[in-house]
Amino acid sequence: MIPVDIIVLTLIIICALGALAAKDLMVAAIVIGAYSFLICLLLAVMGAVDVAFTEATVGAGVSTVFFVATVFQTTRRTKD
Amino acid sequence: MDAIPYFIGKYNYWGCIFLFFLGMYAMISKTNLIKKIIGLNIFQTSIILFFISASFKHDATLPILMEEHKGAIDPVMYLNPLPHVLMLTAIVVAVATLGVALTLALKVYRIYGTLEEDEINHAIQSH
Amino acid sequence: MKKLALILCLFAGGLLLMNAHYLPMWGDPASPASTHVSPYFIENAYEHTKTPNMVAVVLADYRSYDTMFEAAVVLAAGFACFFLLRSRARGKKGGHHYYRHIPTGVTIKIEEGGKLPAENSKVFRSIDALWTPYDPIIQTTCRCLIPFLQIYSLYVLAHGHYSPGGGFQAGVVLGATIILLAISHNLKTSLKRMSERTAALWSIIGVFIFAGTGLLCLLLGMDYLNYEVLAPLLLSDEAMARSHSILIVEVGVTMAVMAVMVWIYYNLSSAGQQDEGL
Repeated sequence: MIPVDIIVLTLIIICALGALAAKDLMVAAIVIGAYSFLICLLLAVMGAVDVAFTEATVGAGVSTVFFVATVFQTTRRTKD
Repeated sequence: MDAIPYFIGKYNYWGCIFLFFLGMYAMISKTNLIKKIIGLNIFQTSIILFFISASFKHDATLPILMEEHKGAIDPVMYLNPLPHVLMLTAIVVAVATLGVALTLALKVYRIYGTLEEDEINHAIQSH
Repeated sequence: MKKLALILCLFAGGLLLMNAHYLPMWGDPASPASTHVSPYFIENAYEHTKTPNMVAVVLADYRSYDTMFEAAVVLAAGFACFFLLRSRARGKKGGHHYYRHIPTGVTIKIEEGGKLPAENSKVFRSIDALWTPYDPIIQTTCRCLIPFLQIYSLYVLAHGHYSPGGGFQAGVVLGATIILLAISHNLKTSLKRMSERTAALWSIIGVFIFAGTGLLCLLLGMDYLNYEVLAPLLLSDEAMARSHSILIVEVGVTMAVMAVMVWIYYNLSSAGQQDEGL
């Protein structure tokens, strides 16, 4: 039996690598939202419910909106 | 030292260290400003994970007092609330700094018309 | 540059991994982080404040300086975005305006110098040039959803003593409802509900509620942010006074965080012009 936090930690690392490798900034912004939500899951597994709640609202909600708003105002093009 | 329990007993720390250096590598090597800010975000969350890992105790419950424990409270029964508080404030400060960082990137884009670091350097030098 | 960064990160990561055996085992109850000051918080939080949620107690009572200056940092971030971006100059798209004629659904482009319809016209509605968020399904869904989200955020604030939640979470959820209104309708609609001036005023008032509670304690002859002395004002004993004061300062934090989130969003999404945006 594999503990749930090892699976979530693996998914977190995959999301982080994916956000940094994406060639489109809008994709990177959405993947970093998924990353924040997985971080929130891991925090909830470790019992930090207040921090998980904050991360779910702030990290997965508002900061993704900030990224998308900035990409909307600038450009989606990136070299790396 | 017995190697296998050592690696399994600290796997959260390995994850934190990996994310820490992934964020740091992205902040140094990526040339796009938004990618640098994403690296900063990963860097911050790795620190948050590290602190919450330090607050975890086996066989302990959430830091909200149960009704039947109101007389005598055993600290081993509850998770450590102090790192939770520190990281709760750190997350909100992180989103405030993220707003300022994105504002600066937007300002740079309005002046130079690009988010790539080398193109910005070229535009500054050819002025 | 990439190779140098990789070598630097691998070197520093190796150093960290070599010293990782000094870290306590995961989940060890006798680890240094859990043995010095936090047992005091766990044992005395309920006795001192009559509040079961220890995180709220440590956040707003034992470490209230931390939280107060953190709210000030959030306010400073809002001001930084405002001063860096805000301008009244028109952007790159020139003086065009787009309007929709509601009865027929026709979109009209008005060149610079043309006669614009009245601001509160029932027939013509201003739409954004780059992005036209007019979908009746999305608009109606969001209009139905927003009041419940706002009531939920007030519940999170008021019930923070007994369950996960508190000022920061409530503030962000409340700010997210205004941002949802701006995304589902357009920026002008949400600016009509909550103008930029209101956002700035609310954020400042929020920090002042927090700081003013501390100052009131100072004036009544105790230390700054020592809530026990407020007991006669709040008509309760000392422990309940601390519980009520936690709620008061969290209301301040909610107002500050909510207003700053909305303010930063207004500036970021419209690149400082606050006419149209995401």
